[in-house]
Amino acid sequence: MSSIDALAGEHPARPGRVAFALHLVRGNPLMVFGLAVLTAVVLGALLAPWIAPYDPTEINFGDKLVPPRADHLFGTDSLGRDIFSRVIYGARTSLTVGLAVVGLALLIGIPIGLVAGYVGGRVDAFLMRVTDVFLAFPALLLPIAITAALGPGLMNAMLALAISWFPWYSRILRGAVLQVREELYIDAARAMGVRHIWIMIRHALPNSLTPVIVQASMDFGYTILAAASLSFIGIGARPPTVEWGLMVATSRSSFLEFWWTAAFPGLAIFVTVLAVNVLGDGIRDILDPKYRSRR
Amino acid sequence: MIKYVAHRLVMMTGILFGVLVITFAVSHVLPSSPVEMMLGAKPTQEQIDAARVELGLDRPLYEQFFRYIANAATGDFGVSLRTNQPVASDMLERLGATFELVTLGMILAVLIGTPLGVLSAVRQDTAADHGTRTIAIAGVALPPFFTGMLLQLLFYGTLGWLPLQGRIDSEILLDYSFETVTGLYLIDTLLAGQWQAFVSALLHIALPVLTLAVFSLAVVTRISRNMMVEVLSEDYIRTARAYGLPRRAIHYRYALRATLIPLLTVIGLTYGYMLGSSVIVEFVFDWPGLGGYIVGAIISNDFPAVMGVTLFFATTYLLVNLIVDLLYFAVDPRLRMA
Repeated sequence: MSSIDALAGEHPARPGRVAFALHLVRGNPLMVFGLAVLTAVVLGALLAPWIAPYDPTEINFGDKLVPPRADHLFGTDSLGRDIFSRVIYGARTSLTVGLAVVGLALLIGIPIGLVAGYVGGRVDAFLMRVTDVFLAFPALLLPIAITAALGPGLMNAMLALAISWFPWYSRILRGAVLQVREELYIDAARAMGVRHIWIMIRHALPNSLTPVIVQASMDFGYTILAAASLSFIGIGARPPTVEWGLMVATSRSSFLEFWWTAAFPGLAIFVTVLAVNVLGDGIRDILDPKYRSRR
Repeated sequence: MIKYVAHRLVMMTGILFGVLVITFAVSHVLPSSPVEMMLGAKPTQEQIDAARVELGLDRPLYEQFFRYIANAATGDFGVSLRTNQPVASDMLERLGATFELVTLGMILAVLIGTPLGVLSAVRQDTAADHGTRTIAIAGVALPPFFTGMLLQLLFYGTLGWLPLQGRIDSEILLDYSFETVTGLYLIDTLLAGQWQAFVSALLHIALPVLTLAVFSLAVVTRISRNMMVEVLSEDYIRTARAYGLPRRAIHYRYALRATLIPLLTVIGLTYGYMLGSSVIVEFVFDWPGLGGYIVGAIISNDFPAVMGVTLFFATTYLLVNLIVDLLYFAVDPRLRMA
């Protein structure tokens, strides 16, 4: 191979960066906690059929509202379904929802932000006013209205959340692209006659993506929470889908006497979102040194 | 300054127009047709046509849109399909309950969150700081509906100190009636001199306000801590320290003041979260406000009501942020000169 490759191989930047990141993770006990919990949740979701002791939708009136005990770790609900199994299966729903909503929002938001920041001028002004409009709705209100119009259901709720969420990514990316646009390598590419669309995708986008990724990792938890809220008020997931927010909602008629029907699915949401948030915070610390000193 | 305010008002009108476009699109263009909802299952063709004419759906889309805007501008959001009353008057009835809840929630969040954040910043890296930061991180991870139900379980189920839900005891309402003047029960009962009714209203609002405050409390704490940390590293603070001014004076006279502007921004933003979570909280506590109204409307496919509340909340949110921006002038004299 050429000498350039050999040089690149010796360059210590990459392993150094990874080692530094690991060092930061280890120095932050909260992040270790977040990583551990999230790993457990992901494993639970992936291995649900093998871990869950019962079928999560199996109704058994003989064993209804059983308090937590050895054969039902988290007890059973008013239909005799095993809450432990349902919490494990619920992880599948929530993780999928979080990934899908953030992914879809990025998919809509990134092109808009990229074009707005790179093209500038009137196009930028127009696109930013559009995002202003979407951001004018208080949190949850727009998803509620859109889901109400599309009809209740988890798919529609996810779509509605993504539609209400993309403007954040557009704005963040636009801000970053505005700075990158002035960089010398962009000028150089232009001088070499590289086409605008190619500069945008090949040079402007990768160099301004970091803050968007940071924000997306912080939003993952919020998305799970918002989706659970929509399910809770009856316009998100519906039976037989196993979803934590829906489980809490159906426990409303029984939780005052049978606390475990609400406590475990609620705690599942809390712990998962907490872990994701802590991890998102940590990722921001690693990717964005500005915040590191402030903490 | 006047120029700036005028500019802001023009911008806000533009955004409001966009908001109307979205609510119009959502309610008129998306699949589920209001006609079906009005008539129920299997209507005859004549019924459908009549309903379409009645709702103005036979008109071209742009004409429908202009009528929609004209109506909204005059406060006419149509008639609720559920209550058969104008949505505007339905909303007016419930506005006080939501306003009371959200305002108290905000006050509580700021009153507790700001000092906590300041304390955390002043005592950086002590146990108090770590504790506060943990609360701030945990607070935003708690789903409001779960917080609410936990509080119900503890204060109603276990301790029996507070009522489960509602806004006031119906028996107390019969025995100690009071006139609705402001729509805020806590004020109306006091105006009427009905002490028992006031206590009942206070006991009822305690848990919903607490639930609503938890999330915003976390946000306010976190931001005010970060702001304070930044301000404390400024040169003029160091100078003040060098002069030997008392710590208390430095922290509260100089540093806290400098955090006011960012804090105002946070309050504006948090208000949006509050309006959003109020929907959930009102649902949990059966609170007779706009949030409970919109949930009921969704369940019964009552479109005019859903869009009316959405539009109203969006407008309120925009107005709050406008007010916040104008308050900058009051807080920061430098802006007034510009």
